[in-house]
Amino acid sequence: MISGPTIRKDLSNNLRAAYARMWVRLRGSNRDPIALASEIGLPILTIGAYVILYHAIGLPASAGAAVIVGGAMIAFWTNVLWNMSSQWFWEREQGNLEMYMVAPVSRMSILLGMALGGSLNTAIRALGIVLLGIFVFQVPFQVRDPFSVGLVFFLTLAALYSLGMLFASLFMLYGREAWNTANLLQEPVYFLSGAYFPAIYAPIVPFGLQVAGSLIPMTIGLDAIRRLVINGASITSIWPEVLALIACILILFPLARHSLNYMESLGKKEGRLTLRWQ
Amino acid sequence: MFLGPGLKRDLSIETKGLRRLFKGIPGKGDVVALDQVDLEVYDDEIFGLLGPNGAGKTTLIKILSTLLLPTQGEARIKGLDVVKQAPQIRRMINLVSGGETPGYGILSVKENLWFFSQLYGLPRDFAKDRITKLVDQLELQDYLNTRMAKLSTGYKQRLNLARGFVNDPALLFLDEPTLGLDVISARHLRTLVKGWIKTGGKTVLLTTHYMAEADQMCDRVGIINHGKILACDTPQRLKTKVAGGATWKIEITPNLSQPESVKSVQGVLGLSQNDNIETGITTLKLVLEDESVMSDLLSKIRDNGCKVLNMGKSEPTLEDVYISLVGTGLEE
Ligand SMILES: Nc1ncnc2c1ncn2[C@@H]1O[C@H](COP(=O)(O)OP(=O)(O)O)[C@@H](O)[C@H]1O
Ligand SMILES: [Mg+2]
Repeated sequence: MISGPTIRKDLSNNLRAAYARMWVRLRGSNRDPIALASEIGLPILTIGAYVILYHAIGLPASAGAAVIVGGAMIAFWTNVLWNMSSQWFWEREQGNLEMYMVAPVSRMSILLGMALGGSLNTAIRALGIVLLGIFVFQVPFQVRDPFSVGLVFFLTLAALYSLGMLFASLFMLYGREAWNTANLLQEPVYFLSGAYFPAIYAPIVPFGLQVAGSLIPMTIGLDAIRRLVINGASITSIWPEVLALIACILILFPLARHSLNYMESLGKKEGRLTLRWQ
Repeated sequence: MFLGPGLKRDLSIETKGLRRLFKGIPGKGDVVALDQVDLEVYDDEIFGLLGPNGAGKTTLIKILSTLLLPTQGEARIKGLDVVKQAPQIRRMINLVSGGETPGYGILSVKENLWFFSQLYGLPRDFAKDRITKLVDQLELQDYLNTRMAKLSTGYKQRLNLARGFVNDPALLFLDEPTLGLDVISARHLRTLVKGWIKTGGKTVLLTTHYMAEADQMCDRVGIINHGKILACDTPQRLKTKVAGGATWKIEITPNLSQPESVKSVQGVLGLSQNDNIETGITTLKLVLEDESVMSDLLSKIRDNGCKVLNMGKSEPTLEDVYISLVGTGLEE
């Protein structure tokens, strides 16, 4: 029988599990100084190169600002791919997945913890990139509506990490393909989301590309944030993006949940929750 | 624990007609991993599943711990159905698989244990106390702040065991827990489990392919082969049942030229011979229906041209049981 106290206890157990998994992520990924340095340092090299290039060919300083914002946001995509999607595969290989399954918590809370930890971690790196832009390259930012910036940022992350959870559950029962798929999704999204262009919705970008890019929450969120922090736009001009992001979340999150449940029962049916028999 | 007649202990695990198939190599048909398994395990019991590799031990444990669905039949944990009531079951169980080391290499022993304790909703201080206790019991104190990745295999396995106890489960599944473990760690584990079961209201289901481990640790043992449970009882009763109370050890020299002739003596149930090359002495182990066959037997041995050096009744071992049921020995 399900009663009030049980539901409350279940919820609190799941939140504890999510918190613990977040903590693992924060602990683990900030312990290795080399990894940390490369995670912050390498994107900065790429971004710095674009900023200098745009400056050299005489584009306005706002082009550099767009790349800084793009670089900061694309870091979240890298995180979603490598630390959400393919992470689940690693967790199974390690035998952790079975331990999550015998425990009385939902796997969704584990994924949620991974997402929270990952996004917090990446936020620190993204902040590094933005500070670099402001202080080293002196790119101009112009924020009139900080609340909207926060809102769009939050919605973009929620949509991205929902997509990450969906990928994670899809990859759950697969082997090395998971890595290859993650690899496959990395560069095209860098390109399609227009992270390194000044703007994706510019006349020079082919229309087909704009449409393809718009299927990724990253592109929508990035465009809105750029307009908010570079052009000083306000919520009145970016509400379509806000709605699109909310729609993404409303579709992706339940989809991730369903796919996780489905994969779990498939795993239990076919005996594929460990790698031992593959 | 002594129980008066008519008193029945609570059932902790119950399976009825349990069957599990796996897809085999294409064209070869399905693999029958479990076949008509009927099992009853009670509270306060350490129950051992003894069988060779591929017998179906892990498959049974996975079904009981809600990680795998049965193909047919049913299984209950404390009266709860493993298929329909998995979430309730998960609150009461834990699982340790020997040779696996779940956790995060970059985290320390303490951090890993804390993480796993949080999957069971243990309050912070309570979890800390329990972890301290477990770390003491498993003698992991010196490694508390060592990263898991840097631990030796034995200590990783100890950590894995500590994880298994972290929610103080009512039912603990141990799948070959001493596999590949050094002698000291293995002894440690056995003592720990035996001590833990005494705290009351606990059940341990253990799988092993070590005879001595099953004999020494388990209140009851099920012998499993090809997915079937062939016999199930206390080690003592299994031994007496099979041996019929008459296992003998006879030392002879030289060895039997025609062992078949001895085996075929009416009333001889089983025979194994073991030659010691250095001393030239051969030890025969015999399982007899009863002792009335002894004179026939001894004359047959003399017919083989052998001299009897020494003879005596021997204690039957679990290995005798196993050989008589499965037909071959259980190779390590
Ligand atoms: N996930 C699986 N997929 C396919 N076959 C499996 C799977 N798990 C076990 N088997 C097969 O089922 C049989 C029983 O295996 P298992 O339960 O692991 O035995 P044990 O633990 O006693 O060594 C073996 O023949 C094994 O190959
Ligand atoms: Mg096994």
